Amino acid sequence: MEPNLFKYIWRHSKREQIAILLLVLLSMPFYFLSLDLPKQIVNRGILGEGFESAADSQSFLAFDLPFGEALTGAPVELFDGFSLEQQGLLLSLTFTYVILYLINSGFKYSINTGKGRMGERMLRRLRYELSDRILRFPIPYIRKVKQAEAATMIKDEVEPLGGFIGDAFVTPAFLGGQAITAMIFILTQNVWLGLVAAVIVAFQTYLVPRMRLPILRLGRQRQLTARQLAGRIAEVVDGAVEIHSHDTSNLERSDLASRLGRIFEIRYEIFQRKFMVKFVNNFLAQLTPFIFYGGGGVLAIRGYLDVGALVAVIFAYKDLPGPIKELIDWEQQRADVQIKYDQVIEQFQPPEILEPEVQDPEQDASEPLAGPLSLSAVSLTDESGNRLVRSASFTVDSSDHIAILGPAGSGKDHLAMILARLAMPSSGSIRIGTRDLTKMPQSITGQRIGYLGQDTFFFPQSVRENLLYGLRHRPLREPEDTPARRVRRKAWVAESLRAGNTTLDFEADWTDYAAAGATGPEDIDEQIVEVLKLVDMADDVYRFGLSGTIDAEARPEIAEAILQARAALPKRLIEEKAENLVIRFDPDSYNQNATLAENLLFGTPRKPEYMLGALAKNELMGAVLKDAGLDESMLDMGISIARTMLEIFADLPPGHPFFEQFSFIDADDLADFGSYIAKVEKQGKDALGPPDRLALRGLPLNYSEARHRLGLINDSIEARAVAARKLFAERLKREDPHAVAIYDPDAYNGAASLQDNILFGRVAHGQAKAEETVRLIMTDLLSALGLRAAVVEAGLDFQVSVGGKRLSAAQRQKLGLARVLLKRPDVLIVNDGLAVMDLATQDRLQRNVLERRKGRGVIWVLQRPQSCEHFARVLIMQDGRIVEQGSFADLNKPGSALNQILAAE
Amino acid sequence: MSIEQEVEILRKIPLFANIDSAKLKLMCFASQRLTFTAGQSLCDQGDAGESAFIIIEGDADIVVQNNGPLVVAQVGKNDIIGEIAILCDVPRTASVVATSELTALEITKDLFFRMVTDFPEMGVEIMRVLAHRLEHTTALLMAAREGAK
Repeated sequence: MEPNLFKYIWRHSKREQIAILLLVLLSMPFYFLSLDLPKQIVNRGILGEGFESAADSQSFLAFDLPFGEALTGAPVELFDGFSLEQQGLLLSLTFTYVILYLINSGFKYSINTGKGRMGERMLRRLRYELSDRILRFPIPYIRKVKQAEAATMIKDEVEPLGGFIGDAFVTPAFLGGQAITAMIFILTQNVWLGLVAAVIVAFQTYLVPRMRLPILRLGRQRQLTARQLAGRIAEVVDGAVEIHSHDTSNLERSDLASRLGRIFEIRYEIFQRKFMVKFVNNFLAQLTPFIFYGGGGVLAIRGYLDVGALVAVIFAYKDLPGPIKELIDWEQQRADVQIKYDQVIEQFQPPEILEPEVQDPEQDASEPLAGPLSLSAVSLTDESGNRLVRSASFTVDSSDHIAILGPAGSGKDHLAMILARLAMPSSGSIRIGTRDLTKMPQSITGQRIGYLGQDTFFFPQSVRENLLYGLRHRPLREPEDTPARRVRRKAWVAESLRAGNTTLDFEADWTDYAAAGATGPEDIDEQIVEVLKLVDMADDVYRFGLSGTIDAEARPEIAEAILQARAALPKRLIEEKAENLVIRFDPDSYNQNATLAENLLFGTPRKPEYMLGALAKNELMGAVLKDAGLDESMLDMGISIARTMLEIFADLPPGHPFFEQFSFIDADDLADFGSYIAKVEKQGKDALGPPDRLALRGLPLNYSEARHRLGLINDSIEARAVAARKLFAERLKREDPHAVAIYDPDAYNGAASLQDNILFGRVAHGQAKAEETVRLIMTDLLSALGLRAAVVEAGLDFQVSVGGKRLSAAQRQKLGLARVLLKRPDVLIVNDGLAVMDLATQDRLQRNVLERRKGRGVIWVLQRPQSCEHFARVLIMQDGRIVEQGSFADLNKPGSALNQILAAE
Repeated sequence: MSIEQEVEILRKIPLFANIDSAKLKLMCFASQRLTFTAGQSLCDQGDAGESAFIIIEGDADIVVQNNGPLVVAQVGKNDIIGEIAILCDVPRTASVVATSELTALEITKDLFFRMVTDFPEMGVEIMRVLAHRLEHTTALLMAAREGAK
């Protein structure tokens, strides 16, 4: 990257800078006129200079040809002006002043917006270039980049550059022009006053930037410390498990505090110095008018200077410190952003970086990789001189199945990276057919070679998006076109080009369905399901689907199908003689298998204050319970529950696991409830205060008759609870319609899972093997109705969260394998990519993969030798060298390295 | 059937006859009451034993697989079954199959051990029951030997 910020700015914004400079130049004469006008208003308009009498008139707006006298010998009058008397002239002059002011403001407006646009464009370009460089960092280098620091640099640290870029050339020109104009003006009015002003200005421009040098140094430190703080915070988040498990939170706290303290010191010192500079600057600026008023006043009194001129000098000087100060500020900003720029680009200059052509989206990758894969004397050395791979040579067919076996640190890992072109060999050559692997663009390596490492990264998107990620190399299908979009797109492309950004359309469909063996988005799911089966993930995704929700409006066909399943379930249950295992939700009857809270809410909460745990304190529910006459009964139920709990849990020590498992009351609260019950026994219910009542009334909410069997729910309570449920639904509809998705037998419930939507009820308590039986019946039903695919489809929408955190480690590896299989590469490289799974699963998946990829290349880096016999060739690595190669049968002989590894197992 | 009724039933079982009603209530509260239909098995021979059952209502056959199913005993109301597997960590020695609709209280291994450790009097009761059973088995064995002679 260009090391000099000025050159960088100039190269990319020449034309705009010049246009704005011209605009600034054009504005200068008007600015000068506006400086001269106050003098004319005072001298001619008010003091009546040149007017002999009240009736006398002068010409206004007379305009001579510039340099006319020099060219023709006599002034050439282009316009002889309007003849006006004094009062008319005064009004005309003041009016002209207003007009000039408007013109000047107009210039200022266009100059400022022009600068802003240019600055933002350059900022966009700079950020794009930095991001582009990150994308081009070689993998070994990017592993050392601290992500939070890189993000801070691109997002925050270059931000001030945007503001400065607009000012880089314009401000010195504009302010300098202004200052010089004002200075010349003052000098033309009075040389001495002008000289005084010039000396003070010169002193100011010398002193102030020097005083600011330490501030710049501190600014640099501030930037570095802040960046490191961002990096540390990211580490604290990433290392949360270690911090908690080692009880090192206080160490981290103290580290963060000491960093914050350091930042505080730096910032405070900056403040002190900044305001000191400001003070000196202001003082010097104020010193000049003091001299003007004093010295100029004396001159005026003595008659050396007319009052109009003095007013004009003071007026002009008013405009001098401003530009000078801003110029000094500009210089300061320039030094500051140059430092920022230096510090940022320094971090973006790795010793090696991929050439842009390597990632050029236009590169053709249609020709398959075929022929022999041959390595000759391939070595890899890291930056400290360790030889990770030493002179590896072998030739195999690129469609063979190869195993690379060796202990950790044998270099097999690095060899796999080299073969996937994720690392560049330090020396040696690699060819596939006639082509040099090291010179291939990523379009070929990325589409024709598949690589699966041990840590597979997942983007926080759905399972489907993550699987299709490997098929998105370039925009393939235009998004739906509308005239409005076309116009917007055209402007978008033009603006992207001005900022040097890529113009590839992000909204287009990038997925290369053909590469996965599909024709388009309609049938890609079939391919996805096939690879998911292959990697043992189909059932997992099916379960994601069942326990996941769908957007019923976006997928009406799935919602419709699920409603069919809901309708078909009762018949199916009867067929299986399991009709008593599911108690369905009926708006008109109480469900004994659900808790009282579930019966009252009768829906799926969307807002936290309607969650079951929060219902006791929910105001709307409280009001409804009162209206339905249920609050007093609930108090009675609460008292009854509390009595039972006290009776059966009283002897248990606090902290006994039974409390957590079974009790309605925490061990800590048992004493409180004891005192409530004591009050009731002694003085009756009326003695209970409002908080006591609230606590007791909350108890029965979690009570389910079928499960807890305390015999508390009678017919009358059931009837009132159903009435309260209806009342609640009505009020909710009016007051907070989106808070709860109410159960409606005929409508899909978007807030509930597919499973809950089909079941639409509760599995009965106390029936042996009920859950299991119902699950089987539901699965059967879904298959019989042909809905399995729909559920899997819903499962593909499962959001895997940041880094795939909602998946287990094994699921992540399986999904990573599915992703790389989906794109059907010519050569598949698996770098110990199934290591977290149990051995049986590893073997099964490996066999599945090898079976599917018959006739297409597989290179599998293995830790264990057992499964080697499935491969056509085996390479054994030790200490960075390939020590043995051949077929499993050939190598498996007494004394061979393979034999030793097998024996060691 | 409410917990109170379950406690009444348990009290009639010799094993629990001398145990405080609050503790019986706790046991009922902490355990699940399960209903089995005729033909459904409560536990299967060879499976790991995770719970014992107290039959509250209904009858069941104890079936041993020995070249085909062999009914070795019948159990009914108030009987406790499956306690051997959870006491000595052996697989189920027999299957139990309901012959009518059957209701049982399922006492998990965890709950069973906690009850016994927390309430030693229950442990003593269980020892007494097991001792009785041993004595009964010994008597049967003696009788069988006498018969063989």
